Amino acid sequence: MVKIVKTKVEFEGRFRDEYVMVEGEEIQAWPGSYKGKLVGSPSPRLEAGAKVNGSAKYTHDVYLPGMLYGKFVRSPYSHAKVKHVDLSKALAQPGVVAGYAANNVPKLTGEKQIELFSDEALYQGAEIALLIATDEITLQDAIELVEVEYEPLRPLVDPEESLRLRGSHAIGGKDNLSGGTPRVYERGSVERGFSDADVVIEQEFRTQAAMHNCMETHGSVATWEGDALTVYTSTQSINNVRAELAEKLGIPLRKVRAISTYMGGGFGSKFGGGKYTLAAALASRALGKPVRIVLDRIEENLVTGNRSQTIQKYRIGAKKDGTLTAIQLTSVVNVGLEGWTADIGGPTKMTYRCPNVKVELYGTRTNLVSSTAFRAPGYVEGNFGLECALDELASKLGLDPISLRLKNYADEDQGDKIAYSSKALKEAYERGADIIGWKPGEEPTRRGTKVRAKGMASLIWWGGGGPPAYAQVKINTDGSATVVTASQDIGTGTRTAVGQIAAEELSLPLELVSVQIGDTVTELYSPGSGGSQTLASIGPAVRSAAHDAKSQLLDIASQTLDVAREAIALDSGWIVRKSGEKLSSVADLLDKFGGATVTGKGARGPNDPKHQVNTFGAQFAEVEVDTETGEVEVLKFVSVHDSGRIINPLLLSSQIEGGVIQGMGYALWEGRLVDATSGVSLNANLNDYLVPRSTDIDEIQSEYIEAEDTSNNIGAKGIGEPPIIGVAPAIANAIKAATGIRLRELPLTPERIYRALKKMEDWTSSARYF
Amino acid sequence: MTAPPRLSRYLQLNLNVNGKNFELNVEPRMSLLDVLRINLGYTGAKKGCDMGSCGACTVLVDGKTRLSCLTLAASVTNSKIETVEGIENDPKGKILQESFIKHDALQCGFCTPGQVISALFLLNTRKSPTKNEIKRFMAGNVCRCGAYPKIIQAIEDASKVI
Ligand code: FES
Ligand code: FES
Repeated sequence: MVKIVKTKVEFEGRFRDEYVMVEGEEIQAWPGSYKGKLVGSPSPRLEAGAKVNGSAKYTHDVYLPGMLYGKFVRSPYSHAKVKHVDLSKALAQPGVVAGYAANNVPKLTGEKQIELFSDEALYQGAEIALLIATDEITLQDAIELVEVEYEPLRPLVDPEESLRLRGSHAIGGKDNLSGGTPRVYERGSVERGFSDADVVIEQEFRTQAAMHNCMETHGSVATWEGDALTVYTSTQSINNVRAELAEKLGIPLRKVRAISTYMGGGFGSKFGGGKYTLAAALASRALGKPVRIVLDRIEENLVTGNRSQTIQKYRIGAKKDGTLTAIQLTSVVNVGLEGWTADIGGPTKMTYRCPNVKVELYGTRTNLVSSTAFRAPGYVEGNFGLECALDELASKLGLDPISLRLKNYADEDQGDKIAYSSKALKEAYERGADIIGWKPGEEPTRRGTKVRAKGMASLIWWGGGGPPAYAQVKINTDGSATVVTASQDIGTGTRTAVGQIAAEELSLPLELVSVQIGDTVTELYSPGSGGSQTLASIGPAVRSAAHDAKSQLLDIASQTLDVAREAIALDSGWIVRKSGEKLSSVADLLDKFGGATVTGKGARGPNDPKHQVNTFGAQFAEVEVDTETGEVEVLKFVSVHDSGRIINPLLLSSQIEGGVIQGMGYALWEGRLVDATSGVSLNANLNDYLVPRSTDIDEIQSEYIEAEDTSNNIGAKGIGEPPIIGVAPAIANAIKAATGIRLRELPLTPERIYRALKKMEDWTSSARYF
Repeated sequence: MTAPPRLSRYLQLNLNVNGKNFELNVEPRMSLLDVLRINLGYTGAKKGCDMGSCGACTVLVDGKTRLSCLTLAASVTNSKIETVEGIENDPKGKILQESFIKHDALQCGFCTPGQVISALFLLNTRKSPTKNEIKRFMAGNVCRCGAYPKIIQAIEDASKVI
């Protein structure tokens, strides 16, 4: 009997209703006291061998027989009319197979009209034409021969200017204020809160656009067999790509297969198919050959989106003892052409107990590429402002930063006033403070031109996961098991974690479990890998499927071996009596049925409406500032997380270290530099856009508090995003403690620090962080 | 714009990769990276940038690290080229690979072949490198997933066994 249950599911702070099919009994969550054999063990990744010897095949590594190569001609201007496109010289080159553009060649079109190209480029890198050739060198030569006549127009890249000119200069004919109104959130009354306050502080902060720069650039290879399309694509969601292609091409879902066996990083930028995938599919259908479109590093920086630039104004009211009475945030968010306004107010609304909160977000359109999700979108930006402002409040009140945070500890969700499924932030503060050696009121230490001090920040994020997510666990003839689900592993370790969960439930050694993911052909829907929700969504489904497979197997054993069902169990590939006596190997048992296999089915159950699932963390930085050069070294970083049950502590620490390092990049070096006049990006490559390298890293200590959480049957919450959220404010607060200077604008480059230390005027340059 | 001079003649060249000889006809401007990946199917070396800034394409040419995206295939015809696919046969290579696995010195794994090759050259040239030497030596290999602490640890550990 299948039951249908309605449940609320969250993704990066946005809620939606889902209906879930519940078959049979939901299995009980592991209690906090449960110690797994495999769950909780630091097993190396299942696929690590393939990754160290080069045999793991990524989308970039797909070269099909007869494959053609495609590349877009892109606008060098951030705003221009496209007057004329001439592909004739390019098309005359031997090896150039086809060329497509908006005005002078037949449109590339599916059943529906598809806009791949437009006659007005509204950001640098906008698609103007597409060439297809037999090899990349021919293609590159041909691109040079495409003649495009542009009429350059005035770009708006500064969001404040774009808002000012909202009435007179609408970008692409649409309101520059995204959605036409600010996004407003309010609880209580901030006016009342400020009048109740003993102290009110006002603070302004600015954050820059950051680029994902995944090591594997976006790309797809498309090929058709009859009327069925297969695309190999570097994505965080094979199911999204599949649905998007089916819709845009006007073909049934069953005719589209998306494959992403291995993929080289997404960080939020790879949730959809994008024009490159669609164009590859269309061109492949038109030309009858596989078509590959892989972006180069410059295109990757120009057209795949970014974390939004923001301007954040805070007003915070508090009593003398530190009790918060009101927080108000007004923020301008540069969303580019038509990006989404990430919730910069998330931390403000959620982190602390405060009855009066108001957030106004002005998502602002500009002539830049549409912004997109980037690891904890909104929260990374907003947490920088909030956590720096809070430290300013602490110093104004003469309170220790941790005491101020504890004073305003939220015991329940602040928006809906419902209990958390678990929260161990207090313990995280304690553990982190202990490890870094936090002493309230500690003076910075000086050595020559160098000053050392410590800073901290809190973080809150989502990561509870939810339905729909489906899995099967097959017990194979030889007694091994295979987990099947249309999820994908983007480097977080999904393969290994779900393998461990199945192995645990089946009492099998991990070597006997294989995991088949990254292919929609299995039809077992699983959500995209993002929002820190993968494990908490698919993990419970895998456990249910393994449980189902185990029950079936025991049913078979009981009848075949003529023993009572209650008297037997599974252990390391054997049917055993509960006393331990071996009765039959699983392989021998299944052999009696002509090599049968057993398939267990599992679905992610509904979420509990009485609880709010959040992840928490406390992050601590010890920095050394060189007052003569403005350089900052993060000597030690301690990151303590409450992410529920830890399935694999080794992979968890990799996620934490990776998030902290990406956060250090955001805090100290990274940022898109745009020429304010022309709107052209100045650092669209890995030489000029500075991602962290091995020499930038000192000690990073990852820690976790394993809070009991029974909101899903494995007890896990997410970890992908939390580690990046508090890094910038922890570092900025440490720099303040070391130098007495509050830096308000990211990235905290040596130049900015030096200028602030020497009290030098800001110099004006047309190169700005937009 | 005028057409670039078109080199109608393909170059015939011999490459020695992972101990095997290959005879190839390639466009003279082909990089070693593209020839390895497209013509020879050695897709271990990756194209992270194609402009010398990320290290994902690192291979060994006559025992030394080389960015294969910046190397013309035609310029290494008399050299011994080794890619990540070949280093299992090198005892040090094997130890390094195992150390990377054990320490989880990889996440998405896209930068990993380049990291392993750079690390192998380091261990071939220095007996017991310090942490700082390892960091400096590996600074040319970007890992956007941020596996650096574990990469450094894996190399340090491997150097103790070798
Ligand atoms: S691909 Fe050669 S250095 Fe990046
Ligand atoms: S493991 Fe993903 S880039 Fe290094």
